[in-house]
Amino acid sequence: MQFFLKRYRDLTVLMLVLAIQILLLAWQVRTGQDVRLIRVWAVASVMPLARIVEFVRANTIGVVREYSQLIDVRSKNAGLEKELGRLKLENQFLKSELATADRARALAAFQSRTQSRTIAARLIGSATGSNSRVVYLDRGAAAGVKKGMAVVTPDGIVGKIVAAFPSASQMMIITDPAFAAGVVSQRTRVHGTLKGQANANCLVEYIQNEDDIKDGDWFFTSGDDRIFPKGMPVGQVRMTRHGSIFRQIQLVPSGMRNGLEEVLIVLEGIHQDIPEGIPAAQELHMLPRPPAEPAADPVKMLDFSTTGSSLTTDADQVIERYRRIGAAQGHTFGSGPAPNFNIGMPEAPRAAPAKPAAPGAPPPTTPTQPPR
Amino acid sequence: MTNLGEPLYSKQRTVRERTRGHYVFFVLVPLLALMFQVYVPLFIASLAYLELPLLVTLHTALTRRSPVLALSYGCAVGLLQDALSNLPLGMYGIVKTLVGFFAANISMRVDVENSLVRFLTSLTLYFFHQFFYWVLARALLGQQLDFDLASSILFAVLNAAVAVPLFQLLDKL
Repeated sequence: MQFFLKRYRDLTVLMLVLAIQILLLAWQVRTGQDVRLIRVWAVASVMPLARIVEFVRANTIGVVREYSQLIDVRSKNAGLEKELGRLKLENQFLKSELATADRARALAAFQSRTQSRTIAARLIGSATGSNSRVVYLDRGAAAGVKKGMAVVTPDGIVGKIVAAFPSASQMMIITDPAFAAGVVSQRTRVHGTLKGQANANCLVEYIQNEDDIKDGDWFFTSGDDRIFPKGMPVGQVRMTRHGSIFRQIQLVPSGMRNGLEEVLIVLEGIHQDIPEGIPAAQELHMLPRPPAEPAADPVKMLDFSTTGSSLTTDADQVIERYRRIGAAQGHTFGSGPAPNFNIGMPEAPRAAPAKPAAPGAPPPTTPTQPPR
Repeated sequence: MTNLGEPLYSKQRTVRERTRGHYVFFVLVPLLALMFQVYVPLFIASLAYLELPLLVTLHTALTRRSPVLALSYGCAVGLLQDALSNLPLGMYGIVKTLVGFFAANISMRVDVENSLVRFLTSLTLYFFHQFFYWVLARALLGQQLDFDLASSILFAVLNAAVAVPLFQLLDKL
């Protein structure tokens, strides 16, 4: 035995190492568990280097670009061209700064608009393996990120967190073959399952041939997967045709149409209704804040006679009528029994109607229920 | 033959430098290779097919000429690569273990200092690496991956072309 081990030492070690790895692999596949310690070590050893390189790149690329363009300008000759090149360069730099600011502003606007609680993150690396579509984000468990959280941009969903490490997290992109999410058609409310296929498009599966889906239809998250909050845009149908059992639907994801650089991780998702219109693109124009107004008194706001507002709608008329009924009976709305709304009160004069009523039109109806 | 004129400390320094070289070889180089694979494809997507961890494993196996060392090195690099992917640990580990072992055996029979031999070895073992990974993914994980022969051969040639100057650079470390 000893002779055998000495004679075939290399082969013995090879078999041993292979056997250990196959057993490790089998254990992971069978139990669905992961050797987290090794992954944490690997991420902790590689990602800090990636962070440093990204920091250096982000801070030096402008200088390098400027230098290279200056050389180009010098080669063209003369001080005027040099000045022109510098101005061009400055313009380009400012444009890129503006684009970055726009992206950040769009993210911030989306963050304030959505009811879900989100945190902004930045891509710092991609995972190994040519088939997987997995990237690393610079926010990890320390920032509250957990496995299974949704990742979105203002344009739509882009992926989900598949592993959270202390300083970084791993995101599976929507186009990964292992990605799946519940989706619903905006027009017909047909439910399906979104799957990645390792290219720019995704598939929507498990939709019957009889269901009405057309090219250009929008799909939104259905919330069925309990990862993505309901009502977030997913993408637009690029091609649909009959399949053997289910309809074949190719979908262009909308979340990555402006690139994938800054994203939002959904820490607490709130389901929302499926919007009726077409989702707005990321580029948005925002007006400056309006000038500050004096603090408004909600009771005075109801009193149109003091605010000077013209009563133009039926609802305003009804509110005014009930207010005067309440005042005549000394009633304070919100306390005690309801006043008698059936007593006769003269109608308030209607201020300058926009259009005279057409002859033969039905008289305005009087509501029989008090406002709540 | 010992040079009597050479001072004693110079021998100690040589050992120290060699040890430092080992650290560079066994820790820094694979980490840099992995970081390259993780980071650079973000900006140049076509470089995603450059398998630097494999090339580093090949270089170690070809220059050290020890099958046990080579397969251990391949195993470690492969497991690190697995750890940075979303796949179960062991896929790249198994493949790189085998690649390291085969490369070390080749190096004991053939003169691997020659650039042409290095090119052909890298080309063959890259192709083996991709093919065996595909087999493992189908057999052990049940993944329905496509194996594109033409692109695999093309990437094998590209990786081998990168391997030759890279090995010369690593020889100097």
